[in-house]
Amino acid sequence: MEIAQKESSPLLRRLSPGDWLYALALAGGALFALRQYGGFMDVYDKAILLFTVPGLAAMGFAWKPFRAFLAASTALALVSIALYQGDLARAEQVFFLKYLISSQTAIMWMSALFFIATGAFCLGLAARSDFADATGSALTWCAVTMGTTGLMVRWYESYLIGADVGHIPLSNLYEVFVLFALMTGLLYLYYEGRYATRRMGAFVLLVISAAVAFLLWYTFSREAQEIQPLIPALQSYWMKVHVPANFIGYGAFALAAMVGVADLLVRKGILANRLPPAEVLDDVMYKAIAIGFAFFTIATILGALWAAEAWGTYWQWDPKETWAFIVWLNYATWLHIRLTKGLRGPMLAWWAIAGLVVTAFAFVGVNMFLSGLHSYGSL
Amino acid sequence: MRHRSTLRAIYELLSSMRFAISLLTLLGVASIIGTVVKQNEPYNNYLNQFGPFWFPVFEKLGLYSVYNSFWFLTILGFLVLSTSACILRQTRPMLRDMRGFREHAREASLSSFAHHARFAHSLPVAQAKEAVEAYLRNNGFSTRINGREDGILLAAKQGSWTRIGYFLAHGAIVLICLGGLLDGNLPLKIQMALGGKQVTTGNQLISRIPDTSRLGVDNWSFRGNVFIPEGKSANTAVLNVQDGILLQDLPFTVSLRKFHLEHYESGMPKRFASDIIITENATGKSVEKTIEVNKPFEFAGVMMYQASFEDGGSRLHLLGHDLRSGGAPRPLATEAVVGEAMALKTAGFDYTLELGSFRAFNIENMAADKPEADTGNFARLEKHLGSGARSPTAKDMQNVGPSIQFKLRDSAGQAREYQNFMQPIRQDGAWYLLTGMRDSPSAPFRFMRIPMDDDGRPDSWFAIRRVMLDPTRHPDIARRFTATALGADTSPDVRARMQETTASTLELFARGGFESLGKFIENTIPETERDKAADVFIKILEGSAWEAWKMARADAGLPALVPAAQHSRLLRDTLNATNDSLHYGAPVYFQPVGFDEVRATVLQVTRSPGKPIVYLGSLLLVLGVFAMLYVRERRLFVLIKDTGEALVALSSNRKSMDVEERFRRHRDDLTTLLNPSPRS
Ligand code: HEM
Repeated sequence: MEIAQKESSPLLRRLSPGDWLYALALAGGALFALRQYGGFMDVYDKAILLFTVPGLAAMGFAWKPFRAFLAASTALALVSIALYQGDLARAEQVFFLKYLISSQTAIMWMSALFFIATGAFCLGLAARSDFADATGSALTWCAVTMGTTGLMVRWYESYLIGADVGHIPLSNLYEVFVLFALMTGLLYLYYEGRYATRRMGAFVLLVISAAVAFLLWYTFSREAQEIQPLIPALQSYWMKVHVPANFIGYGAFALAAMVGVADLLVRKGILANRLPPAEVLDDVMYKAIAIGFAFFTIATILGALWAAEAWGTYWQWDPKETWAFIVWLNYATWLHIRLTKGLRGPMLAWWAIAGLVVTAFAFVGVNMFLSGLHSYGSL
Repeated sequence: MRHRSTLRAIYELLSSMRFAISLLTLLGVASIIGTVVKQNEPYNNYLNQFGPFWFPVFEKLGLYSVYNSFWFLTILGFLVLSTSACILRQTRPMLRDMRGFREHAREASLSSFAHHARFAHSLPVAQAKEAVEAYLRNNGFSTRINGREDGILLAAKQGSWTRIGYFLAHGAIVLICLGGLLDGNLPLKIQMALGGKQVTTGNQLISRIPDTSRLGVDNWSFRGNVFIPEGKSANTAVLNVQDGILLQDLPFTVSLRKFHLEHYESGMPKRFASDIIITENATGKSVEKTIEVNKPFEFAGVMMYQASFEDGGSRLHLLGHDLRSGGAPRPLATEAVVGEAMALKTAGFDYTLELGSFRAFNIENMAADKPEADTGNFARLEKHLGSGARSPTAKDMQNVGPSIQFKLRDSAGQAREYQNFMQPIRQDGAWYLLTGMRDSPSAPFRFMRIPMDDDGRPDSWFAIRRVMLDPTRHPDIARRFTATALGADTSPDVRARMQETTASTLELFARGGFESLGKFIENTIPETERDKAADVFIKILEGSAWEAWKMARADAGLPALVPAAQHSRLLRDTLNATNDSLHYGAPVYFQPVGFDEVRATVLQVTRSPGKPIVYLGSLLLVLGVFAMLYVRERRLFVLIKDTGEALVALSSNRKSMDVEERFRRHRDDLTTLLNPSPRS
């Protein structure tokens, strides 16, 4: 009866002391944030803060390494904040801030680490080296940690500029590109652990590297990293839920597409003895698109609720909205194709890759080529 | 009979997955069109963009309002139809599936499952039954037991309500589409078709708009804008429909007390807010409220949003400086109102001034663009390290003060556009009043810089310019300039030539500025000497300007000037601005000197009866999608045969790898369970 107990035993009994400690730290952190910064929040902000506690707790319970990752990035962010001592100028004076954990530097580290991780995974694939793969995986963990630290510190820095400027760093194309890299990286790490294979890393990290390359170009030639205050339309707690939900979607779709590439290669017999079998890739693809679709559905609905409040209409076919709708339809179609016998196999992989093109257009193409109400920086 | 089978075929087609897939793809492609062609622009823009041939074609195709077009709504209609048909078709089998345990499954069919296994069991059947039953219960299955002649079959299932998810999600699609339809412009179209309402043109007084273009307060679905200047009130909203407008009477009157417009230091907008008072027509009850972006307000079933703001008729105090040669020496004070056209028919003018907009401030980056020193790659990287708060290149955001933008239309109807600043702006170390001109709305403004004199006023420039461009005074200037430029001992001959040259230089300059001088040089002087000649002409002009200045001061009865270093800069600027003024295209320069700003708010008002339906649909959609994707329906069959053989089979409604893994675990657990080791 031992084993039979396992699945049905209540969640609470399955938790380890580490889990309890983690949950306690989360709750403590939230309470501290409420006490310390409650003055800057409205009731919705507070509700969102409180809801992130069970959310992150569940994440950590279901995926243990997530706890260490969150603890590390939070600790780094707290050190950074302590070093700042409330003075922005110290970013230039304190060595650790300037070269390690001020927001901009941390994001640069994230970029570098993602690049090196991509190299390591490619090497692992080429040389069938488990060591290189493990290195790639560790570097990816470091990259997401640095990136998350960077965003948290950036949040703090924005308030140092001025209380009226401060806002969560999800407000422009630069910030969401960082978020995209992080989300895709984390999703990858999750599936890597879940399926116990690191060989998809080379493919997924490739799309992250592309995003990071764009980010660097955006930084160096457009100076897009400068924290900007929020225009009135963006001053809303909705941003805190709409944008992350969206990027879980984008990240998952990007991951699915890259796994789709691997899937097609394996089906053609290329790298077939180095990559996981097609059924595994197919399964990862489905899981990623499922989670992406679910969150993208939520994100689109949240966006509609926000639009109703900011623009007075929950849906008005603004180009960004329309493209979100197209992305959503695309993956709804994908899910239906998968349910249809005879259309599965390579067709699904091709469709997922095409999906990335559609998603990328919705993400950046719309800003570049079309005009509309969405104010996330035009290129 | 025939008829029924066709209907049947249609129903089957509509409810088929392949049809759904094609429909979703088609809908996606169709949606793209509306993002390529900008939607709901004024028809004139389309006419310009597509030309007279394609314009009506595209209009017929509904490309200017794709998402309200007949064909797009038809596709959506098919989606609703197809989804409904699909639900209808799936209901019976799904309900049967949800309820049933399939406890009568035959052994043969169980052993055809992809996941099945046989093994021997050592427990007596009754005991085995109990153990398996407990096992299934503990694993979250509900079980039905079927005793049969060769043993017993335990048929268990879990996660059946993933099927509910199907109904929720697909029902939600239908709900959302229907709700959206109520809030779209279909209700309006129906009213126009059945109620005889007609759109009218926008540029007429609201009171003159006929009843056929007015919608009553009982209209239950609309979206329009209310425009209210500060201190005024409004009780109708304007609905933009096709290429005209309709008026929507509101059940209340809104008046605007004040519109708040706040900016960050960088000039980015920070807050738009309207302090309004709403008075309900029926009850006279009134409410005070501040509406902001992201903070709408509902009153009498109408939602009100801060949509935008405009000028509400600000009054500008202007000084009109006559630029015509021999024009009025004193500037003329006038007043103009933003948004209104003013006829200028005095003093021989025949123009219309159309004051388009007024900006109370302009934030500009005044940092000089320094060429970047090449500092190497590391330094370049280092500049981008640190906090996200600072920009690697220095910025100097400054408010350069108010500006106006207006059109000056001549009697032939030709218009030029101008942008004039109220305060002098510092450029290259000196202060200037800037005025920009352009011939077409798409061109950038070309700026004329009027230099400020020692008193910080533009008056000297006007005075010098007046004298310099006045042909009757050219001989006088030439004489004075010659006297200053040449010593007393030069021969009268040289003097006469100098005087003549100066006079003709002035004459050329007055006619066409540097351009006519340049032409003259090109035509008369050999190439090698042109640079030198140009220098000479400039010297002459500068000297003449100095003389003209002194003369202007004498005319005005002002004390004589003491030469000073800053004057040479002023004289050069004066010449440049005078030159530019010859291409200014207007006989008058309007210097803004004061303003009374009046802002207006634009509130969007809506009644959207479909909103609760759409929101409910959205909620159901999310629940449904999660249930479908994350609740797995699993059926576990355990057949325990009297012969000592057992069969385990697992099925799931979705094919995925964890089914396999789950199966292996159940199989192994059950094997152990049914074969207890003798000692335990
Ligand atoms: C915008 C429209 C639609 C959306 C968003 C949507 C969404 C979904 C989703 C997310 C699933 C679950 C897929 C999975 O488990 O992998 C699903 C399943 C399904 N859909 Fe749709 N769907 C739509 C339209 C349709 C239409 C028009 C039909 C009918 C022709 C249809 C028929 C089905 C069927 C039969 C299933 C399988 C249900 C099951 O076996 O549990 N769907 N749909």
